[in-house]
Parts: sequence; structure tokens; C-alpha cells
Amino acid sequence: MGHEYRGSSKYIASKELMEIVNVAIVLGKPLLIKGEPGTGKTLLAHSIAEALNKKLIVWNIKSTTKAKDGLYFYDTVQRLNDARFGDRDVSDIRRYIKLGKLGEAFVSEEQVVLLIDEIDKADIEFPNDLLNELDEMSFFIPELNEEIKAKHRPIVVITSNAEKELPDAFLRRCIFHYIEFPTPEMMEQIVKVHFPDIETKLIREAIKKFYWIREIDGLRKKPSTSELLDWIKALRIGGVDPERIEREIPFIGTLLKCEQDTQRLERFIMNQRGSYEVKRRFI
Amino acid sequence: MFTGFFYKLREKGVPVTIKEWLSFVEALHLGLFKSSLNHLYYIGRALLVKNEAFYDMFDLAFQEYFGGIQTEDIEIEKVLKWLENPKNGLPPLTPEEMEELKRQKVNIEEMLREFQKRLKEQKERHDGGNKWIGTGGRSPFGAYGYQPGGIRVGGESYMQSAIKVAYERRYKNYRNDLILDVRQIKMALKRLRELKREGEEELDLEGTIEKTAKEGGELELVFRRSRENSVRLILLMDTGGSMLPYTNLCERLFSAASQMEHFKEFRYYYFHNCIYQDVFEDIANYKRVPTEKLFVNFHSGYKVIIVGDARMAYSELFDVNGCIDYFYTNDRPGIEWLKRLREHFPYSVWLNPTPKALWNHPTVNAIRKIFPMFELTLDGLKEAVLALTSKSRQVLT
Repeated sequence: MGHEYRGSSKYIASKELMEIVNVAIVLGKPLLIKGEPGTGKTLLAHSIAEALNKKLIVWNIKSTTKAKDGLYFYDTVQRLNDARFGDRDVSDIRRYIKLGKLGEAFVSEEQVVLLIDEIDKADIEFPNDLLNELDEMSFFIPELNEEIKAKHRPIVVITSNAEKELPDAFLRRCIFHYIEFPTPEMMEQIVKVHFPDIETKLIREAIKKFYWIREIDGLRKKPSTSELLDWIKALRIGGVDPERIEREIPFIGTLLKCEQDTQRLERFIMNQRGSYEVKRRFI
Repeated sequence: MFTGFFYKLREKGVPVTIKEWLSFVEALHLGLFKSSLNHLYYIGRALLVKNEAFYDMFDLAFQEYFGGIQTEDIEIEKVLKWLENPKNGLPPLTPEEMEELKRQKVNIEEMLREFQKRLKEQKERHDGGNKWIGTGGRSPFGAYGYQPGGIRVGGESYMQSAIKVAYERRYKNYRNDLILDVRQIKMALKRLRELKREGEEELDLEGTIEKTAKEGGELELVFRRSRENSVRLILLMDTGGSMLPYTNLCERLFSAASQMEHFKEFRYYYFHNCIYQDVFEDIANYKRVPTEKLFVNFHSGYKVIIVGDARMAYSELFDVNGCIDYFYTNDRPGIEWLKRLREHFPYSVWLNPTPKALWNHPTVNAIRKIFPMFELTLDGLKEAVLALTSKSRQVLT
């Protein structure tokens, strides 16, 4: 293997994650990445593609996605329509077969990075339906009596938000890594990647406050990295003095997205300091 | 190699399979661990553990298996250099350590010779032996690692850090059997589903093709309803005094269940210690609903989860007028109401927030004869959901 993944300019990966990516590439196994929202699961695939200079194919999974959608799609409706109303030749079934994302990755002339994003969104049985395809890196199209086999084993990255648990048989075939929420130090690096010319004091204060909010018990949705980045952006545009962040939380709406959480934070602050003044200032 | 580690993992409850172990061994032979225990920790974990819930158990197994090792990263160049000039490289030994060595009858020179010999052997036997030696070297010399003044090579201590991570047990909170948060409960409850075609209309492709073919090619579109979860759930929660320590846990279960959008219907009622002829809709204003109404309003397809510690005075369960509330009279003992509930709702379970070890109590035992009872942990909840969805009635213990 000529290339080794060492992270990319836009993505901060922990050392162990880099090693695990390389092991997955060498062993040719799909890499399953789990972790809280905003820990950069999806970005990892982009980063691998960028760093190794390979094409990235993204397969976004939705609740209605079926495993077959990734392989190929037989457009029966179009064919029916053509047969009935069109004047196209409908005898060539090949014209109505379109490859899905997995199929696309298989027939590619070069090795690609295939991202199967949010696999847990689909039906519980979905991953099991892909077992053979990911093992053998091939599938069969009965309509054409043809086998599609991977020319180059794609580097497969699968992300999961743990909304559903994945079947054991599927897990056995994967290499698994749980991305922990970044430490404040790592978060500082991440923020700097996005805002290279930002004041360190502002970052530190913002990050301090951010982790303090995350610690509060009972939030329905803890703010994640993307919320922090939005917040810092807002702080910058608003020209907020870092000193002010220590005392209050401007633009709280960018961090907490639901009403209950804002109220929870209010109560928390009031309990902590026991003063009405805080509440007034905070709103 | 490291087969003991495999069994250690199994012993600690990590569900490692042979297939996964084989990929671990493959990685080992390919030199992917780069002769560092740190790599072995992270990559090994990625290969062997497929759920962060088991990270803690992996840590436990790791510290037990590798924890005694004092050596640091074995860097091969340094080892060779040191072998050329053993005197400089040897760490000084204290008299006690010398004694210890003598006691074990290990001659240092012999040890070095052996080490060198094995190093060569391994190089000859394996491609990319450079990398392999470290890990391999660790194993045959692992025993020496325990010895005072054994083979120690300098360099950044990766091993220590891996073991440190293992000792820190940072992943304790991810264990399934310890902590239950709203999201986890939601995930468990998500399995509670029965899909029925009651949803939105969608194109039935196969039906369309069949119909069109029958019509001799005249396009005939067929629609059908999409699948929708048809589960209706009733939650009955004990708010008695003995449940106070578990308030938080029950609240989480409640908020998870009520936040779930995927149930067709969700109802909840409260009770005190035991269920009699009334349940409460709102515990704060004692708004009562006759239990009888549950039987009238809800058909037997409803799934019922009862949450309670099932621990009460004997009379509360078995006696007429046994209710803990002095002003409340019940003509029928609680146990009869419970039996009626079970008869009407065959898909019902009892979740008990107290640990199973404490279940040996007359009223708990009596209730367990009526309802299948599970611990209010993630694992227990999963079993309960399974019991609620299985077609056959749960066999009671």
C-alpha cells in the first residue's frame, strides 16, 4: 500500500483513528465509525478521500433506503411508460438498469472511498442485506444475468449515530471505532482549522463556556461541534468581547436549539447564582 | 499468540468471535501493531470490540492481561545497538533485584543470548519481521518483563499510555448494564414495533406490473398504504414511597416513552404501591380513572409496561382494604386486579428498578408469578421489549 492516511489539512484526526483507518485499508474491511453528532464521522471519509487523492462516493441512507438501492435500480415504471406511450425500444432492459452508489463504487476504474452515511437510519435489517456484497465486493443482477464485481476494493467508511443497533453478523465484518467527543484541547485545534485567524482568547472563553453547558444535566440536545462553530462565527460577526462571554452567553440560540433547553439553562444558572439579575441579563 | 487475551476478553463479557480474533491475528502477522502496545490497544479494540458498551470490559481484560508489563515500546534499532554493547544498556539492579534474579536462576547473559536468538529466528520466519519482533518479542519475553531489570528499552512510552487508558476505565459510562439515559431507553423502545399497512398511500410497483400485464399492457397503477407502526402502549408507574430513589430513572423512562413519535398511541397512569380499582391520571391532583375503564377502553392488543419495585406489605397485595392509603377501601385485593390486568393484556411486562438480587420478597415473588419481570436496565428493557413483541406468551418463572 503506497499511501498511508495521515489526516488532512481540514480535518483533525486522533492518532489512533489514523492508525485504525490504515489498518482498515490494509485489511480491506469496512470501517464503522460511531460517535455523538458533531464528532466528525462523515468528515472522516471526506478527509480520507482528500488525503489519499481518491474519488469519494457518498451513499446517504434514509429511513426508506433498501439495500438493493445501493446496488442497482431497475426503472420499471419508466419501462412501463415507454412500452405504453413512448416510442423507445423497450426490449433492451439494460437501458432501464441504473447502478446505485455501491454499484458505482464497484465498477469504478480506480479505487474509491465509499461513504455509507448514517446506516442506522435505515431499517434494522438493512445492514444484513449488505453482508455478502461487502464481503465479496460483488453482486448479481438477475435482470441482466450479469455479475458486477469490484475492480478495486473500495475503502468503505460507514457512519452510525447509534439510533438503532446494528446486527452482530454485520459488526463482525467491520472494524469499529467510537469517536469520543473531542477534548477541549482538540476542540481548540478544530476551531482553528475553521477560523485560522481568530483570537485565541475568544476561542478559549467560548470553548470553556461550551463545555460548561454540555456538562449541564438534562439537556435534550447537547450542543455539538457544529453548534460551537456557528456560535463562534456569530460571536465574531457580533464583535463580542471575550470578557463578556465569561459573564453571559450572547447568541444562545445558536448553541441550544430547543426552548426547553434554554429554560433548563436559565434555571441552572439561577440555581447556581440564585439571582434574578442573571436571568435578566441572560435574556 | 495472545490466545489468553482472547479468553480473557470472553471472560470479561466482550462477545469476541473467532472470526474477529482471526482478523486480530492477521493484523498481528502483518505487523500492523508496529510493535507497540499502544497500537495493539487501539487497533486491537477496533478489530475485536464492536460496541462502545464493551470498551470498559475490554479495558478490564487488557489491564489484567497486559497490565503487569513494565517494558515500554521495543524499538528494534535500539535493541540491536544495546545488544552490541550490553553493559551500557543494562539498567542498574538493586541488590534485591539481583537476589530475585538468582532465585529464579536466570542468568542475564543467557537471557540476552536467548533474546538475540529469538530475534533472529523471528526475522527469518516472517516478512516484515522488524515490526513483528516487537510484539513477538514482547510475548516470549513478556515473562522477562515482569522481572526486575528485565529487558527494557527506552523511547516514548506508548505502552504505558495504553495501559494507563485501560486503567483509567474511561469508557465505564458506556456500559449497558450501568447507566440508562433517555436516548438509550428510546433505542430500546424503538424495537417495540409492529408494522402494519396503515400509513400513507404509495405506489405498489409489483401490483402495478401484475395488473398492467393482466390488462394486456394498459398501464394500470395500483396503490397501497405504506407500513406504519401499530404499537399502542400503556405505561403504569408506581409512585409509592419506596420508589423515591428511582424517581430519576422512572422519569427518564417516561420522557423517553412520551418523546417517541413512533407509537400509534401512548397512555400512562400512576398507582401507589399496588393497583386497585382506580389508577391515577395525574398524581398531583389525585385525578382517578377506574381500572375497569382500562379494560373497556383498551383492547387486549395494547402493550402494557408496569414499572414498580413490587415490594409492599403483604396485606397491600393480598387483603381486602389492604391499600396503604387509609381512606381508600378496596373490595378486592390488589393481586386480583393484577391478575385481571394480565388476563386482559397478554402483552404485558413488569419492570423493576431494584436489582434482581433483591427480588426475593414475598410480594415480588407473587407478582413475578403473574407478570414477567425484568430489571430496569438497558439489558432488562431489551428483554422486556422482546417479551412484549413475541407472539407467544412469556413463560413465567
